[in-house]
Amino acid sequence: MTYTLEGNTGTWEVVIGLEVHAQVISQSKLFSGASATYGGEPNTQVSFVDAAFPGMLPVINRECVRQAVRTGLGLNAHINLVSRFDRKNYFYADLPAGYQISQYAHPIVGSGTIEIELADGTSKPIGVTRLHLEQDAGKSLHDQSPTKSFIDLNRCGVALMEIVSEPDLRSPEEAGAYLRKMRTILRYLGTCDGNMEEGSMRADVNVSVRHHGEPFRTRCEIKNVNSVRYVMLAIEAEAKRQITVWEDGGAVQQETRLFDVARGITRSMRSKEDAHDYRYFPDPDLLPLVLEEDWVAALRTQLPELPDAKKSRFMHQFGLPVYDAGVLVAEQATADFYETLATGRDPKQAANWMMGDFFAALNRTGRDIGNSPVSAANLGELLDLMADSTINGRIAKEVLEEMVETGETASAVVARKGLRQVTDTGAIDAAVEQVLAGNPDKLAEFRGGRDKLFGFFVGQVMKAMAGKGNPALVNEALKRRLG
Amino acid sequence: MALDPATIHRIAKLARIRIEDWQAAQLEQELNGILGWIEQLNEVDVEGVEPLTGGAQMAMKMRDDVVTDGNIRDLVLANAPEREGVFYAVPKVVE
Amino acid sequence: MMAGSSMFDLTLAQARAALRARKISAADLTNAYLGAIEALNPELNAYITVTPELARAQAAAADAALARGEHAPLTGIPLAIKDLFCTEGVRTTAGSRILSNFVPPYESTVSGNLLRDGAVFLGKANLDEFAMGSSNMTSAYGAVTNPWSQPGGNARLVPGGSSGGSAAAVAARLALGATATDTGGSIRQPASFCGLAGIKPTYGRCSRWGVVAFASSLDQAGPIARNAEDCAILLGSMAGHDPKDSTSADVAVPDFAAACARGVRGLRIGVPREYRMDGMPPEIEALWQRGLGWLRAEGAEIVDVSLPHTKYGLATYYIVAPAEASSNLARYDGVRFGLREAGADLTELYEATRASGFGAEVKRRILIGTYVLSAGYYDAYYLRAQKVRALILQDFTRAFHDVDALVTPTTPSAAFAQGEKMDDPIKMYLNDVFTVPANMAGVPGMSIPAGLDDAGLPLGLQVLGRPFDEQTVFAVAATLERAAGFTALPSMRAGVRA
Repeated sequence: MTYTLEGNTGTWEVVIGLEVHAQVISQSKLFSGASATYGGEPNTQVSFVDAAFPGMLPVINRECVRQAVRTGLGLNAHINLVSRFDRKNYFYADLPAGYQISQYAHPIVGSGTIEIELADGTSKPIGVTRLHLEQDAGKSLHDQSPTKSFIDLNRCGVALMEIVSEPDLRSPEEAGAYLRKMRTILRYLGTCDGNMEEGSMRADVNVSVRHHGEPFRTRCEIKNVNSVRYVMLAIEAEAKRQITVWEDGGAVQQETRLFDVARGITRSMRSKEDAHDYRYFPDPDLLPLVLEEDWVAALRTQLPELPDAKKSRFMHQFGLPVYDAGVLVAEQATADFYETLATGRDPKQAANWMMGDFFAALNRTGRDIGNSPVSAANLGELLDLMADSTINGRIAKEVLEEMVETGETASAVVARKGLRQVTDTGAIDAAVEQVLAGNPDKLAEFRGGRDKLFGFFVGQVMKAMAGKGNPALVNEALKRRLG
Repeated sequence: MALDPATIHRIAKLARIRIEDWQAAQLEQELNGILGWIEQLNEVDVEGVEPLTGGAQMAMKMRDDVVTDGNIRDLVLANAPEREGVFYAVPKVVE
Repeated sequence: MMAGSSMFDLTLAQARAALRARKISAADLTNAYLGAIEALNPELNAYITVTPELARAQAAAADAALARGEHAPLTGIPLAIKDLFCTEGVRTTAGSRILSNFVPPYESTVSGNLLRDGAVFLGKANLDEFAMGSSNMTSAYGAVTNPWSQPGGNARLVPGGSSGGSAAAVAARLALGATATDTGGSIRQPASFCGLAGIKPTYGRCSRWGVVAFASSLDQAGPIARNAEDCAILLGSMAGHDPKDSTSADVAVPDFAAACARGVRGLRIGVPREYRMDGMPPEIEALWQRGLGWLRAEGAEIVDVSLPHTKYGLATYYIVAPAEASSNLARYDGVRFGLREAGADLTELYEATRASGFGAEVKRRILIGTYVLSAGYYDAYYLRAQKVRALILQDFTRAFHDVDALVTPTTPSAAFAQGEKMDDPIKMYLNDVFTVPANMAGVPGMSIPAGLDDAGLPLGLQVLGRPFDEQTVFAVAATLERAAGFTALPSMRAGVRA
């Protein structure tokens, strides 16, 4: 379904390109030996290199290069065996050197694609223009003093991958799907934790609008949006703003804007007003980055199975529908959990239990798969207890609640609470007799032709047996008695 | 490609060096002299020549990913003209 | 113990031998030099900062080591350190007002190597601001006076630049040797102007870590000393691979001093015809021919070669160096170190700080550099310059297929008067016409004193060699030195004028 916005002069299409800044998972910074971990005391993770002291020089971190190459391979992208680092020159309080070391003319990774899945079940390939390595800036704190900004350089020099998409996205939904897919791939690869709240993944959003069939119009860049939802909201707000500008007879000015979350609008970013002339040139403190073909090839063979491949394998191997497979591969941990659960069991039942009661229980208790109190093996045992008729499905749900609550195994819960299913036909017959005797009016109605009451009797018998009756045997006994 | 005063003010702004109008006039003369002299490079046939970016003709070594630096906050802040606690301080920036 | 005055006559190599033989003590040597500095520095302004306590402590440590029979290559040798090398706990200014209060919490690799080898640091030598200059007139700490003057003349001459303080200190015997840096001739030109030896080694030979950057792809540290052997000893300590500098070469440091004794028999020495420039004083041409004659007499073969892009070296340099400098100097912004001038907002703070902290020549180069990198001009200036730079390197590569070394004059003139050429930047830049190409190509170059001009001022010859073949450069330079028998001394020097 095509996403469009209606204006006074007709229908507008939205054109979106995303620049994702993904913080590389590494111990130390891209060009210095200071720690790259999140959350240190202000200015403790700063070397003289990061603070751009006189005479300090950058030395590149091999792991950051490896991670960028692995990410490129995961995006089906071309790896450039020779790349270079350039300086992007601008003055800012949290940019100590007065330039950011980045890759402008010769990035380490060239073009690739990722496939995004949309709500209507279709998928769409989105072009990745390039991926390059660059330094993060420090942090300016503007709210600590009425007259001062405070500078913390801990983030300064941490390695980022900037991943630039083609302007292939046409709706907030597509942009959201792209970001989620990108995050999934990065997490599978272990190259970025994708944590948008902590800022380890951020997006700059390029938005323009046009009437269908027109060439691209002027775009605006919305900087540093830090959640998928905000990206989607920002796109809509910015597109509407641009439509109004065009329809009022104005022209959209190319500029950098910020998304004001509280007001749901974008606004011009003052500090970037005259930052358009970055004077890129090759960083003379660094040499060309030359990669060995064999090294890259080895990294390729060592890549983990990525979400698209895993999804299609799940569909083939486990007979899952596309939607279920999509949900189950969205996180590596979920996929691993499922695979353990499904192996040697009914894969569809495994998927239904995981995506249904298990996810619901996790949700309710505010946990996720990573800190689930129930392991895949334990959930598997629960399914096994159902399969061998030790418990029935209804009891199983009850057992699962207990497992999530207490962390006990399924068999422990069943034993402790005496939930073992009753298959003793004598006991079942007794319960049937008790129910029929207690409901003479219903029995008369049933005999009078209200067949639907059969279900009522089943329910009453199960209730009388505290849910533990074997449903098939209960049915059988009732049929025999009433038949 | 002669520089005019407006361009001189623009590049001075980019370079964050305040210049007064009288300086701009003097710089205009000096810089145009230098740039005019530099134009002799236009005589050189550079067709097909790969640009030489650096002084060293070798590939770059990479370092291991280990934390070897940092935790020197006092030293990093020791030369700061203005600091507030554990931060560098600058006039308030409006984003 | 020797008398004070004769102590100054010792070369670095001789002083080292005397120290090891315990004929002199490091304390006496250091005190003699500190005394000379006290006497002459007010006149010469060769040092920005003198560190007598530190020097005496280092000398005492050296004497203690010598007493234990331990000696490193430079134990007890008093040196001047160009104030571009960061020295831990000792103010480092780069000759600029913007760093007038900067005390580095770290030691540059090169100066650290010298300390490791036992050297004594007398203080920080004056220089052109951020090493941008050929006269030492751009220092925020005042001009340096060349200890040489025209006999009978009273004009104060420049020592050359940017390592003018280093050269003046060694020439006036206010140090046994000095560190220096060379981006376009800043070791060789002042060495030549002050009657000294100075070598800019191959790019990548000495670490740039902790050296205040001017133009990163051109900057290279090296020594200035009284003769080739002293330079060889110093370079042996300064050089070496440094993992903290990505452009530092991982190659072994050979015995440079041994190379000084090699001679030139069988070497092919190239004479680049493009260095014979219009308007060059005949006495320089004559000196050049004399030098080639000496080499021929020692068994070298003299060969005519062509470096066709020589004349474009300077213009290329004045794009590449300012471009890199405009970016390298962006960090001087008044936030983390150095001078700060108040401003109503951050931009005003930057603009006021940099307007007040940088001198005229530095500003000029930052503006040129900003301009040649700016949108719309990059291809016409910077990219073209990089291509011409490639052609200059190609010239040298081709020439070195055919010859082992090149010999040229170091400068197109002898030292000039302070204040001269100040009104015309280009005239000043032309000083470096013979030295700049070596920086462009990254090859080693050395200046060696070879004679005096008609006015009695020293002139140097330059030896250029293949990348990482400083040994041949030393062999040729030392041969020239022996043949020239250059014994002239500046009138103003320690031990003479008390």
